[in-house]
Amino acid sequence: MLDEIIKLSHGSGGNMTRRLIRDVMNNRFQMPSMSDSAVIGGRMVSTIDAHVVKPIFFPGGDIGRLSVTGTVNDLAVAGAIPLSIFIAYIIEEGFPMRELERITESVHQAAQEAGVKILGGDTKVVEHGKADGLYLVTSGIGMLHDGYAPGDRSISEGDSVIVSGNLGDHAIAVINARENLGLQPAPESDCAPLNHLIGIMLETADIRFMRDPTRGGLTTVLNEIADEFQVGFHLFERDIPIRDSVRSASELLGIDPLYLANEGRVVAIVRGDTKTLIDRMRKHPLGTDAQVIGTVTNDAGRVYLETAIGSVRQLPMLESDPLPRIC
Amino acid sequence: MAIADKFRDPILVRAIASKLHENTRPIRIMEVCGTHTMSIGKWGLRKMLPKSIELISGPGCPVCVTPAGYIDALMGLESATVCVFGDLMRVPGANGTLEDARSRGHDIRIVYSPMQALEIAQERETVFAAIGFETTIPGIAHTIKLAKTQGIGTFSVLAALKAIPPALDALLSSENIQVDGFILPGHVCAVLGMEPFRFLPEKYNVGGVITGFEPLEILSAIQQLIDMNDHPAIHNQYARVVSDRGNPHARRMIDAVLQPNDAIWRGLGTIPGSGYTLRDDYASFDASAKFGITITDEAENRGCRCGDVLKGVIKPDQCELFGAVCTPASPIGPCMVSSEGSCAAYYRYELPQTSTKDQRQC
Amino acid sequence: MCLAIPGKILQRREDMGIVDFGGMQKEISLVFVPEAQLSDWVLVHTGYAMSILSEDEAHETLSLLRERYGDC
Repeated sequence: MLDEIIKLSHGSGGNMTRRLIRDVMNNRFQMPSMSDSAVIGGRMVSTIDAHVVKPIFFPGGDIGRLSVTGTVNDLAVAGAIPLSIFIAYIIEEGFPMRELERITESVHQAAQEAGVKILGGDTKVVEHGKADGLYLVTSGIGMLHDGYAPGDRSISEGDSVIVSGNLGDHAIAVINARENLGLQPAPESDCAPLNHLIGIMLETADIRFMRDPTRGGLTTVLNEIADEFQVGFHLFERDIPIRDSVRSASELLGIDPLYLANEGRVVAIVRGDTKTLIDRMRKHPLGTDAQVIGTVTNDAGRVYLETAIGSVRQLPMLESDPLPRIC
Repeated sequence: MAIADKFRDPILVRAIASKLHENTRPIRIMEVCGTHTMSIGKWGLRKMLPKSIELISGPGCPVCVTPAGYIDALMGLESATVCVFGDLMRVPGANGTLEDARSRGHDIRIVYSPMQALEIAQERETVFAAIGFETTIPGIAHTIKLAKTQGIGTFSVLAALKAIPPALDALLSSENIQVDGFILPGHVCAVLGMEPFRFLPEKYNVGGVITGFEPLEILSAIQQLIDMNDHPAIHNQYARVVSDRGNPHARRMIDAVLQPNDAIWRGLGTIPGSGYTLRDDYASFDASAKFGITITDEAENRGCRCGDVLKGVIKPDQCELFGAVCTPASPIGPCMVSSEGSCAAYYRYELPQTSTKDQRQC
Repeated sequence: MCLAIPGKILQRREDMGIVDFGGMQKEISLVFVPEAQLSDWVLVHTGYAMSILSEDEAHETLSLLRERYGDC
């Protein structure tokens, strides 16, 4: 291990990332969980997020918007009302001032949209050739919703799995922009603050657990939940919402949309009736394509997908990012 | 059109599956193409078959049959930008993978089309890693031709292009192989047509069905192969895409730019006339001449049985390395590297169904 | 071994064309399908259309399958 070097795959959110966090970080820090947020002092939730997206501008957002929505969503899925954000800029010498202004305006806009205040930050400039233009680091603070106690969130057989909308939009938007694929109209990221939608969800139904399916997508999140709660999942392929265009782009690139990153979607485990919940979610602009996609089983640690032809296969955790392929 | 969806009709799928269950005669069918392997796994088709029908995976994954020395050669081109299909990024050579080399600073880029590499070559010295079978080769040939027409001297290709019919010929003439029928690679046939596969029944008495990638197409191809019984033939069941004569325009492009040569197949060795190299008119776009590269048929990793897997002699989990030291996270052999490689597809789709620990015995 | 996906030709200018894939469009080389017309469906691999799809053949194959297995 000592002669190993860090590869891009270590940051993919798959098994390689998990092993890195477990073996290098967590065996020293002894963190209560491997997630990116924690409850402090009873009701306060804190989180931190680093943003290195390339390109920094993409259809549907930019690194500034992403830095706010990512942090707001981490708080929201932890059951918190996001209140404030701190932001650090790491800027490469030579970066155009106009772009910095534009990104900072995005930060401001997204914060207003989410209803959070930017309380402070830090600015560092590094030499030309480092930092790829701009990196942002955001941390956030929120307060738990009344009645949402993260300690007693059990999940059990028969609970439903829902997603708030179409999967894969963000990843396809970024890949298209980064790799110059030339897809037109350029696919747009779903990057958006989910706190208002999640507020409605918590008011409406018995939400047992929530996660935002970012790196590694839906499959990675469900495998992690399956592991942590010792439950299984049975999903129905025909119910999983994916745009035709994203499906085609995924086929073109040979990658599976169930592993693609989202930045404005939430996966929730719900107990009891889901009809009212789905109805209310669909009235919200960020929840128009909300769907029940499967149920919780007691087959611990396993995520199964029932295909359109009725066969069943397992959806394992990926080792690292799926790469575009021709075969 | 959603035509493809109609080839997923669950009622028809069940109907064919139950017909297949009437079969009692043991039959070994090889799907040549890695995309078929993936499709079989993705749709869980193997579990729909009776025990008498055995599906084995063939040499139809260009990454899997690319020799390790080819990866080393690409990594040696440090002065150039190297453009590859994503499939190649995690294939191990002697000094690690292209992904490793990129982490160390080598400018290696993933492209979706050879034309993207040509665009990059307008700004810098660029080598395109030309791997692929007959489906991919015409586009690569066309890109080389464009480079010549446009006079882009900073573009070259390192060719490891492969032809499928000679490989099947070599496979069938080897001793320990037993195949009763072929699911033929639909998209290779879109270029080649039926003709180049006629030798299968004529020379080896083995039938083949040109097959699409949807569940109904694969299952009905299996039934067709069973029905051939003692009268092997070549059928085209993928007529919605493949015309019997293939695509002559694409074949002419191959012939104009490339000529056959002997090629090294990882795990299978050198097969006469099974590869392509650049014609003399295009020699200045040949990276092996430009940079003085020779790729040798070097020794394989000890213990790795990719060769036997590619020949269909053993199933992936019969290799001692499979799942124990050779996994998609740290692949030893090429069949584990490409996500459509036999071993990776087996690991992903077939293995998880039962207890993983049981499967890891050799 | 060769992933390829169907798309519909929206525009054609000499060897290049705009092809629609489920609502997303991309410039694709049509150099190997000189006879392809607007609105034809083509099979695309690594930026090249490799064959023209035949809807008639698709329906023909399907109806043969239905005939043979439909009443199982």
